[in-house]
Amino acid sequence: MSTVTRNGGNVRSLRVLRAGPVSIRISPRGLSVGGVLVLVLVAAMAIHVANGGTPLALLDVLRALLGDTSDSKVHLAVTEFRAPRMVAAVVAGACLAAAGAITQTVARNPLASPDVLGVTAGASLGAVTVLVLAGGGNAGLSGLTATMGMPLAAFGAGVLSGVAVYLLAYRGGIDSYRLVLVGLGINGFAVSLTTWLLTLGDVSSAAQALTWMMGSLNGKDWALVQPMGVIAAALLLAAVFCGRWLLLTSLGEDTAVGLGTRVGSVRLTALTIAVLLASVGTVVAGPLVFVALASPQIARILTGAVVPPVAISALVGAVFVLLADTVSANALSVALPVGVATAVVGAPYLIYLILRYQRRLT
Amino acid sequence: MSAPSTGGRLRADALTLGYDGPDIVRELSLSVPDAAITAVIGPNGCGKSTLLRGLGRLLAPRSGAVTLDGEPLAKLSTRHVATQLSVLPQTPAAPSGLTVADLVSRGRHPRQKWYQQFSVSDEAVVLDALAATDSLELADKPLEDLSGGQRQRAWISMTLAQETDILLLDEPTTYLDLAHQVEVLELVRRLNRDRGRTVVMVLHDISLAARYSDHMVAMKDGRIVAQGTPAEVVTPELLLEIFGLAAQVVQEPTAGRPHVIPLGAGV
Repeated sequence: MSTVTRNGGNVRSLRVLRAGPVSIRISPRGLSVGGVLVLVLVAAMAIHVANGGTPLALLDVLRALLGDTSDSKVHLAVTEFRAPRMVAAVVAGACLAAAGAITQTVARNPLASPDVLGVTAGASLGAVTVLVLAGGGNAGLSGLTATMGMPLAAFGAGVLSGVAVYLLAYRGGIDSYRLVLVGLGINGFAVSLTTWLLTLGDVSSAAQALTWMMGSLNGKDWALVQPMGVIAAALLLAAVFCGRWLLLTSLGEDTAVGLGTRVGSVRLTALTIAVLLASVGTVVAGPLVFVALASPQIARILTGAVVPPVAISALVGAVFVLLADTVSANALSVALPVGVATAVVGAPYLIYLILRYQRRLT
Repeated sequence: MSAPSTGGRLRADALTLGYDGPDIVRELSLSVPDAAITAVIGPNGCGKSTLLRGLGRLLAPRSGAVTLDGEPLAKLSTRHVATQLSVLPQTPAAPSGLTVADLVSRGRHPRQKWYQQFSVSDEAVVLDALAATDSLELADKPLEDLSGGQRQRAWISMTLAQETDILLLDEPTTYLDLAHQVEVLELVRRLNRDRGRTVVMVLHDISLAARYSDHMVAMKDGRIVAQGTPAEVVTPELLLEIFGLAAQVVQEPTAGRPHVIPLGAGV
C-alpha cells in the first residue's frame, strides 16, 4: 500500500511516504527519535508514579491504574494523588515546550521562549495577585473561587501579557528583535509588580505565593489537571498543525509571502496558540523555568531538524519535567519544588546558548 | 527582440509605494513585457528594489495598484498569486541546516495540500528545478556550506520550482564575483529563451543589464525616466541625467549591446 520511496535521484532531503493521492514528507530520523521518546516518556511516567512518595513496585502501580482495588491504600494513592501529579507534569512540560518551539520559530531566535517574552511572568503576576489580595488560594476564598480563582487569574494574566507584547511589538508586522525586546520589557514589568505585591500580603500568603512561583506540582488534583489536560491536548494538536506553516515563515517574511503564505495571520495564530499553551503550562505547574527555552532546542538537535519540531519538543518537555520532578522529590531528604531542578539544569544551558549565539553574531 | 510596452500580464498603475517615511515610488505606471527579460536600473535609493517588492506584493501600495491579468494583486489570494509569479528577495535568509533540496521543495508549497505534501509530480519539478541550475549534486548540502554563487542558484531553483510564468529577481547578482554574476545571468537568459519565462530583475551593473535584458527601465527618485531597448536607454545623456555620471557608451563586441565606460572626473 504505502511505500517509503528513496528515489528523487537519491536526494536524501526528499523522503516521502506515498499512498494513492496522499503524500507525507517524512524524516526517518525524526520518526525514530519520536518513537524512542514515546518509550522514554512512558518509562518516565511509570518511574514518576512509582516514586511519588513511598516507593511502589511498578507492577502494583500498573495494577492500581487498571482498577485493581484489592489494596485500597495503594489504589487511592496512585489514582487520586500520584496520577494527577504525573499528568500535571506531562501537561506542563509538553505545553511549555511546544509554546517555546513556536515562539522560537516565529522570532527566529533560540532565546525567544515564553519565559523571555513575559507570558509566564504575567501568569505568575495573576496568580500572586489572587493569592495576596484575596488572602490565599484557600484562606479567604471558598468553593469554586478557591480551586479555580488562582488558575483562572494566572491564565488570564498570561494571555493578557502575551497580547500586550504582541500589540506593543506590532508595527505593520512583527519583527523578531522588537518582539524579544518588548517581551523582556513586559517580563521585567510583571516581575517587579509581582515582587511588590509580595510585600503587601501577610507572611503566609507571601510564602504560599513564593512556593507557587518556584514552580511546584505539589497537591495538583484532578479538579485542576483534568480540564487543563483536555485544553492542553486540543492546543497541542493545533500547535502541531501550525508547525508546517511555521517552517515557511522561518525563510523570512519576503520569501514566505512569495510562496503564498499569509505571514501575518500565520504568525498571529501561532503566537496565540503559544501564549495559550504557555498559560496552561504555568497554571498547572507555576512558572517552571527553562523548560520552554531548552526543550525545543534539544528536540531540534536530536532530530537534526532546521526549526524545532513541535511534537518532538512537547515529548522532550514532558520527559524533562517528569524527570525533574522525580529527582527533586527524591534526591534530597527534603522534597524540593520541581522548578529548582529545572533551574539547576536550565541555567547552565541558557549561558551556553547565549555564548554560542553571541559568537555567531561576532 | 524588443518587447512591446503594452499588454503585459503584470502592470503597475499609478503605483505609489513607501515604508514608514516619505513615498519611495511615486505614481509609477509600467507594463511588464511578457516572455521578455526586463532590467530595472537606477542609482541607489531610486526605488527600484521597492518597485520590485511592490510588483511582487511584498509591499502593499499606498495608492494605485499592481494588476495581474487585469486583477489587482490585493484582491487575489496570495496563494494564487504564488502560482503565477515568484519573487526572489535581495538577501534571502534561511535557517541554518536547511539543505538545498529542502529549500527548493518549499517552492511547491503554493500547490500543495496538507495531505499532499510531496506528490510524484512535485518531486519531478523539484529535480528539474535543481537540474536547471546545475544544483543536483548540491541537493543534500546545507545552504551555509555553499559559495555565494551556488547559494544564489539554489534560491533561483526554489523560484523555478514554483513553476510561475513570471519571475521577479531583486539584485540576483549581489555579492557575487564577475564569473558568478555571468553564470546567474546566463541562467536567467536560458529560463527566458528555453522556457518563455517573463523576468523582471533589478541590477546594479548597467553593462550587464544591457547585455542580458530585452527591455530596460531606468528610474530616478521613484519615477521612470526612460524605458525601451538597451540601445535606446543606455546613452551618455541618460547616464548623466540619472547617475550624474559622465560616461562613454560603446558597443560591446559579442552581441553589439551598449557598454558603459565611465569617464570619471579627470576627463
